[in-house]
Amino acid sequence: MSVMTFDTMLPVIFMALMGISMLVYVVSDGYDLGVGMLMHRATDAEKDVMVASIGPFWDANETWLVLGIGILLVAFPKAHGLVLGELYLPVTLMLIGLTLRGVAFDFRVKAKDTHKKTWDRLFFAGSLIASVSQGWMLGRYISGFGEGWNYPLFAGAIALALPMAYALLGAAWLVMKTEGELQERAIGWARTAWGPMVAGMLLISMATPWISATVRERWFALPEIIALMAIPLVTGIALVTVRVLLKTQIVRGPLCWLPFVMLIGVFVLGFLGLAYSIYPFVVIDKLTIWQAASSPAALKVILFGVCISVPAIAGYTVFSYRVFRGKTGELKYA
Amino acid sequence: MDALILARMQFAANITFHILFPTISIGMGWVLLFFRLRWLKTRNGPDKAAAQGWLDAYRFWTKVFALSFALGVVSGITMSFQFGTNWPGFMEKVGNIAGPLLGYEVLTAFFLEAGFLGVMLFGHGKVSERVHLMATFFVAFGTTLSAFWILALNSWMQTPAGYEVIDGVYHVTSWFEVIFNPSFPYRLAHMLLASALTCAFLLTGLSAWQLLRGVAQRSAPKVLRVGLTLAAIAIPVQIMVGDAHGLNTLEHQPAKIAAIEGVWETERGAPLLLFAIPDKETRSNHFEIKIPKMASLILTHELDGEIKGLNSFGDKHPPVLPMFFAFRIMVGVGMLMLATSWLGWWLYRRAKWQPAALPRALLWVFAGMTFSGWVATVAGWYVTEIGRQPFIVYGLIRTADVVSNVPSAMIGLTLALYVTLYLALIVAYVTVLKYMAEKPEEVLQIDAVEQAVTPAGAGNSPVLPAGSTA
Repeated sequence: MSVMTFDTMLPVIFMALMGISMLVYVVSDGYDLGVGMLMHRATDAEKDVMVASIGPFWDANETWLVLGIGILLVAFPKAHGLVLGELYLPVTLMLIGLTLRGVAFDFRVKAKDTHKKTWDRLFFAGSLIASVSQGWMLGRYISGFGEGWNYPLFAGAIALALPMAYALLGAAWLVMKTEGELQERAIGWARTAWGPMVAGMLLISMATPWISATVRERWFALPEIIALMAIPLVTGIALVTVRVLLKTQIVRGPLCWLPFVMLIGVFVLGFLGLAYSIYPFVVIDKLTIWQAASSPAALKVILFGVCISVPAIAGYTVFSYRVFRGKTGELKYA
Repeated sequence: MDALILARMQFAANITFHILFPTISIGMGWVLLFFRLRWLKTRNGPDKAAAQGWLDAYRFWTKVFALSFALGVVSGITMSFQFGTNWPGFMEKVGNIAGPLLGYEVLTAFFLEAGFLGVMLFGHGKVSERVHLMATFFVAFGTTLSAFWILALNSWMQTPAGYEVIDGVYHVTSWFEVIFNPSFPYRLAHMLLASALTCAFLLTGLSAWQLLRGVAQRSAPKVLRVGLTLAAIAIPVQIMVGDAHGLNTLEHQPAKIAAIEGVWETERGAPLLLFAIPDKETRSNHFEIKIPKMASLILTHELDGEIKGLNSFGDKHPPVLPMFFAFRIMVGVGMLMLATSWLGWWLYRRAKWQPAALPRALLWVFAGMTFSGWVATVAGWYVTEIGRQPFIVYGLIRTADVVSNVPSAMIGLTLALYVTLYLALIVAYVTVLKYMAEKPEEVLQIDAVEQAVTPAGAGNSPVLPAGSTA
């Protein structure tokens, strides 16, 4: 490939920024949504601790979605119209789910006691609706919004698998942030979610090349395939390690953060695999990032803002996680 | 119904719901900072009860803030999607201008406020007093900064400047002109003051309700005073800014003014219509109640000044009926605010800031006006947004040309879902505020428990050491 000018590099940079925003969103709000979906398995006292464990973070986590979709909107306006037009209904459902979950955070502790149960149910329902919708959207997106009997089936499978992945991530978060009985139960939930999540991931990894010729050609060519094998291999090792760790005592002790961190690794690897499959398309087989991009002048203005603000955002995000590090206490209503 | 109307209704429903909450949180952030500073100032003083009152006020209103903020966030996320789902052509045409403005809002404002909100809400005793104060400041600053960017974009859509068009796509020639476009300073000031007033009446109203119910004895008298003072100061300024904004609109968007005033034919010495029912079929008004020459006087500062009528704009003018009434509702509520805040402040001062000496009827009036800021703000936004029609970018791009081609049945279905959800949430919000106002000690109790349970770093919490389950 010839050397790119800075102007032709710009869409690549923005695709990377968008991808990273979406990845940070999926991981960070993923554990929030996962915790939300696990709520219906917890006792009332445990629910309070679970919500407290994500309370200081969820809002900033959701902002990454706004940034990701914002970059799609401002850097790739043509793709934004196409993608969100195709996903109109699931986007609406996701937004309604996120709305319910977001307001339930505050309403559940402020409403009358008799209404608290309703808000808890809405918290669970909102998390579930948002996760399933996101799974469906991801499935439709990967398959380039294809038509035919197998496409909805594929999207449906991801719509089931993604909530499982979130639940596993949420359980791992709780293993890290809680202790005692709740931690014990979280380990149990993680082990329950592990199987379906891994099965889903396997299924999707096999189905994606089958559903998309572009992806097939990308992955099953020599010599790339040898280098690429690292991605599924490391993912597999990480997942197995998580499973093994969950059986040991060390996740109850000082290494309670390890499963969570390894799962973040799994999400990152999955993201890299996806990025490799899709690039340089923004909508697979339909629209490349250069076809969809805004003018270089506008992108430069935004990039300037990104370069200044992203380090600051990273800074105070780290600060916030440091302030609220450690275990979530148990609630004792006097 | 056709897709354009449905898309507009859906977007209108969403932004109407959305603006209710930022309007509260923009002003409330600064009010909280004020409460906090008052507490810091008084806590080592002789009057322990007063200090406790400020702390109670801070903690109670932080909860109101958190709830309002959450509703603003979730509806704002919906909005960020609807720019694209409802108006895909908008971004394709003016993305080079709107994109960076929205981008800067997310990068500079959203992350700032969201990043520090956790520390502000749950960081008590986990960070130093200074850091906590900084976090509160950043949240307040972030919400205001967010208003800055979004109003820059909105104002650009009303009075576009600093651009050139190449092959139907808009490009920036001067960012300074884009941001500081002709209507921006007026609209920003008008909105920030609207937020201050909405907060002021919320503070006044809920405190009055608490006093009527005999709860929150330590904090409610103080908050009532803050609310009334803020309202009494902000409302005359708002009336002046509103007037200046109107003159600016006359200069740049005369069709909007013609619709507001119900002037169908260009005339000299136009009367001020206090009431009328504009009729688009006959292009005239029914049941006019008017003050002769007053509109000309207000708008041109001359008794015989000329006001361009709707006839000068062909079909390029907004619908008259909603404009006419929305404007009068906004101004009417504004006048009511002026009367109640000045009278209330004067009576309260005469009562030496002792609420017991205030007539209960007055407290009922305050309570009745708790959400008056919402009414005025929404009415005002209807004036400015409906007043831009039939354009999405005034004079340049028609709304109908950028609408999405999503089937109208789909838009209708999602519209129904959104409206149901929003109505339910507004009811829940108002109900919960009332409940919280009546049970402030429960709110403070929950606050204490939440503070204690939130992870607290490496054992620097005086409330509950990290790792402790005891």
